[in-house]
Amino acid sequence: MLGEGILKGLAETAKNFAGSFVSKERLTTVEYPEERIAPVEAARVFPFLIYDGSDWEKGMRCVACQICEKECPPKCIYIEKSKDKKPDFVGKPQIYPAKFDIDISVCMSCQICVEVCPFEAIKMDNEFELATDDRFGGLLLDRKQLAKPNEYYHKIHPTEAAAVDAKLAEEKAKAEAKAKADAAAKAKTAADAAAKAASAPKTPEGGTGTPTSEATKPPEPAAKSTPKTEGGD
Amino acid sequence: MKDRATTAGANALEDWNRPPVFETEGEGELLEVSMGPHHPSTHGVFRMDVVLDGERVIKLKPVFGYLHRNHEQIAQGASYLAAMPYTDRLDYFCSLTNNWAYALAVEKLVGQAVPERAEYIRVITAELTRVQNHASAIGFLIQEMGASGTPLMYAFREREKILDLFESLTGSRMMCNYMRFGGCRVDPSPAWFEATRKVVAGLPKFVDEFEALLSANEILMARTQGVGILRSELAVNAGVTGPMLRGSGVNYDIRKVDHYGIYDRFKFRVPLGEQGDVFDRYMVRILEMRESVGILEQALKEVPAGPIMDPKAKIRGFRPKPGEAYGRIEAPKGELGFYLISDGGPNPYRYRVRPPSLINLTVLEDMCLGQNVADVVLIFGSVDIVLGEVDR
Amino acid sequence: MVGTLDQIFVLLKHWIVGLLPPVLQPVVGVLLSVVAIIATFPALFALTTVIERKGLGRIQNRIGPNRTGPLGILQPVADGIKSLTKEDIVPLNADAAVHFLAPLVLVVAVFLEFAVLPMGRNMVLVDMDAGLLFFFAIGASTELSIFMAGWSSRNKYSLLGAMRAVAQMISYEVPLLISSVAVVMITGSLSLVKIVDAQNQYTWGLPHWYIFTPWGCAAFVMYAVAATAETNRSPFDLPEGESELVAGYFTEYSGFKFALFFLGEYLGMFAISGLGTALFLGGWSAPFSFLQFVPSWIWFFGKVMLSICVMIWVRGTLPRMRQDQLMNFAWKFVIPFTLLNLVNVVVWRFMGEGWARWIVCSAIVVVAYVAMARIGMRSKKIAPRSYRYAE
Repeated sequence: MLGEGILKGLAETAKNFAGSFVSKERLTTVEYPEERIAPVEAARVFPFLIYDGSDWEKGMRCVACQICEKECPPKCIYIEKSKDKKPDFVGKPQIYPAKFDIDISVCMSCQICVEVCPFEAIKMDNEFELATDDRFGGLLLDRKQLAKPNEYYHKIHPTEAAAVDAKLAEEKAKAEAKAKADAAAKAKTAADAAAKAASAPKTPEGGTGTPTSEATKPPEPAAKSTPKTEGGD
Repeated sequence: MKDRATTAGANALEDWNRPPVFETEGEGELLEVSMGPHHPSTHGVFRMDVVLDGERVIKLKPVFGYLHRNHEQIAQGASYLAAMPYTDRLDYFCSLTNNWAYALAVEKLVGQAVPERAEYIRVITAELTRVQNHASAIGFLIQEMGASGTPLMYAFREREKILDLFESLTGSRMMCNYMRFGGCRVDPSPAWFEATRKVVAGLPKFVDEFEALLSANEILMARTQGVGILRSELAVNAGVTGPMLRGSGVNYDIRKVDHYGIYDRFKFRVPLGEQGDVFDRYMVRILEMRESVGILEQALKEVPAGPIMDPKAKIRGFRPKPGEAYGRIEAPKGELGFYLISDGGPNPYRYRVRPPSLINLTVLEDMCLGQNVADVVLIFGSVDIVLGEVDR
Repeated sequence: MVGTLDQIFVLLKHWIVGLLPPVLQPVVGVLLSVVAIIATFPALFALTTVIERKGLGRIQNRIGPNRTGPLGILQPVADGIKSLTKEDIVPLNADAAVHFLAPLVLVVAVFLEFAVLPMGRNMVLVDMDAGLLFFFAIGASTELSIFMAGWSSRNKYSLLGAMRAVAQMISYEVPLLISSVAVVMITGSLSLVKIVDAQNQYTWGLPHWYIFTPWGCAAFVMYAVAATAETNRSPFDLPEGESELVAGYFTEYSGFKFALFFLGEYLGMFAISGLGTALFLGGWSAPFSFLQFVPSWIWFFGKVMLSICVMIWVRGTLPRMRQDQLMNFAWKFVIPFTLLNLVNVVVWRFMGEGWARWIVCSAIVVVAYVAMARIGMRSKKIAPRSYRYAE
């Protein structure tokens, strides 16, 4: 009780005071907005929709399955399916979201929509300077504001984007291989049937279609082939 | 002693304007003061109605509920997965331990196993959370004592490093949403382990500096020793858990009692206080920080490779069979428990959180009776509550 | 070594006064000195607020204000504009005249304290024979203003805060006075000019400052503690603590009156540091004989600012003491120790020159300190503890 504790405390603060002039460790201020901390790769703020290619409407991966809308905890996603089908990035007619609104004043950045999306269509952005003084619609982002290209996704989350692209390419390859195998199998059965029919009395056929048209059917988009079920990534 | 509430009536406006004084039968005037909810040192929106006789506290009534957000009702209306991000926001300082407690409850409900790597990651994140929570709690306690925030800034400097680790792992500094039923959401990279090792290597030095600034400080000792004594019988009877209980000398740490996770594989000790005053609770937290650093060092050495999530676990379409489960962990603030009753549907039938901060607050009046009013703030700070947990 | 630079302000004053007719000369002479004091110390106050905030920031690993002007120098201007443009709220029940006068009494009293401080060679406003007595008499009237503030607000909490503040200040007046009495006993005069002159001698290049003597060192430490308590600075700032229940005597003040209280408190810090410098640190004398070419007023203000920096350092480190602990500390430790120090002074004086008295007096100081610490602070059973682990 002689005051040594106080002196030790004073020495400690003096050390910090002197240290704040010489080491970054003891002066941790980052003077925003002139200096900024580099965004971490895994950072998540609000979602955005990915599109492939350069046309955001055509290239959007989202097919309005509404799984993210159902799973979103605060229910901040509002989707309306389209009545028609538009051709997507690979040309196949797809349902697309006529409306896809996210209310980012409600969104709590939990990333569940990203986890449950089977089509890798919605990902987390890391832009946070979204303050606005328009309180009636400024924080309700529609699908045009939400659509960002795949290159942007590569820029902000490189490893994730590379993994996603690899997965999509793999699924696409698998789907193509499967379609080829199907086509080959179908062609084989059609050829067998044709051979059988050739050896049997000729009857007008309908419905089976020519082998060539089967084989040239464009492969299904990889995204639709294997819906993500459950479990780990 | 008449309570003013019983005399409210036709003269409500006059009652409101009259200065708050309890009328006593011949005892002299007692002063009733309401501390909060806007108060620099109530850790959030919390109110204490204190009745004073001079400088001594005669009665203390905590009033809370200002941060009630219907967490349990929301979780009962949402699916099991959707309740996970809401658990982050219970005790918003320690989101990862909240996640773990909930995941533990659900895993008990369905009998889900967790792979080893995930268990190690859970222990590492939980102990990191414990370190930063105790550092901040001590910082806030000393801040209320009037040290103009210096220890708080030091604590937050270390906390920033830990939060950076959480951000690079889970994507968010505080609202981590990281545990899933059957493992963890994201597999940490070797770079993350390197960064964690670096941070953990710097932690003992930080705790030493913190102690040098505070523990032998005579003014701190004079203000905290003998203040706010909580007897061990009262603590046990009231259901107090966590550093408050151990500060009163009761050996009860759920990590050692329940053997949940893989805590049995790590050597760590449980510090106990003697008298149950504010100084004991403060020192127990510092010693627990040191023990947590020990656990972290051991765990970081032995993390096995493997899956981060049980491949058979379901995320969507999760409908547990009807039943109930109570999963609890040693959260930094005490025993955090989740009680779930499932009726076979996608939402829980009943979802109940056992908030350690609220249960620990029930003994606030007993600790403050007879104390100086300047100490009420200190005693309250030593309980270490977070209003998100108290009010849910 | 009485250089022109050293006496520049004196020479300037003489020159201006010389320009005027003899009938006006005394009045204008005094007025010039008064204006100089009124100009310098508030400027120092402004500088101190910036230094305090930046110093506290650096202690806490952060930068202090740095956006208002380069290095935050213009922060006091911003604070001043803020205080001046705030609405001046006077409570309905308040005693308006007393409420208005309280900050004025504080500021006037504190400015009066500067009249007897020797700020340089030949640079004292009034060379009183009983300067020290005048200083303490005026210093006591600052407590009056605090009580006026608490009383006039008609607010139970303010009154409580004011009473606690006054009790604290009265208790700590005693060690302040007794430590100064030690200096007076050695010098034999109450005049601050003579006290500083007595310290302005050098032996082997080292000065005769009283802090370098055993009794002086003990008296200085107790003076510093008492000075921190007098000016309501941490760790003795319970009356104005933000996180305390009782909000303090200046709760009901806003705008410019609040700024005046703030100003009064800081000027009180300067005055008491100035007195401590004059009594123990040799006033305007240089630390080494070869440094006497540096002007004396630079030494004086340098030492005052050093004391202020130490006060800021202590504020950033130590938590606040509770009111009863504060009073316990004053009456059970500080006052007995200062009284024992008076005995020490007597021993020093009557042992005559030589090494012996150094050893004896140092021993008395150490024994007295340890004894008072053990006896005075023993009752609370406060000690470091060791902890056991389970199992």
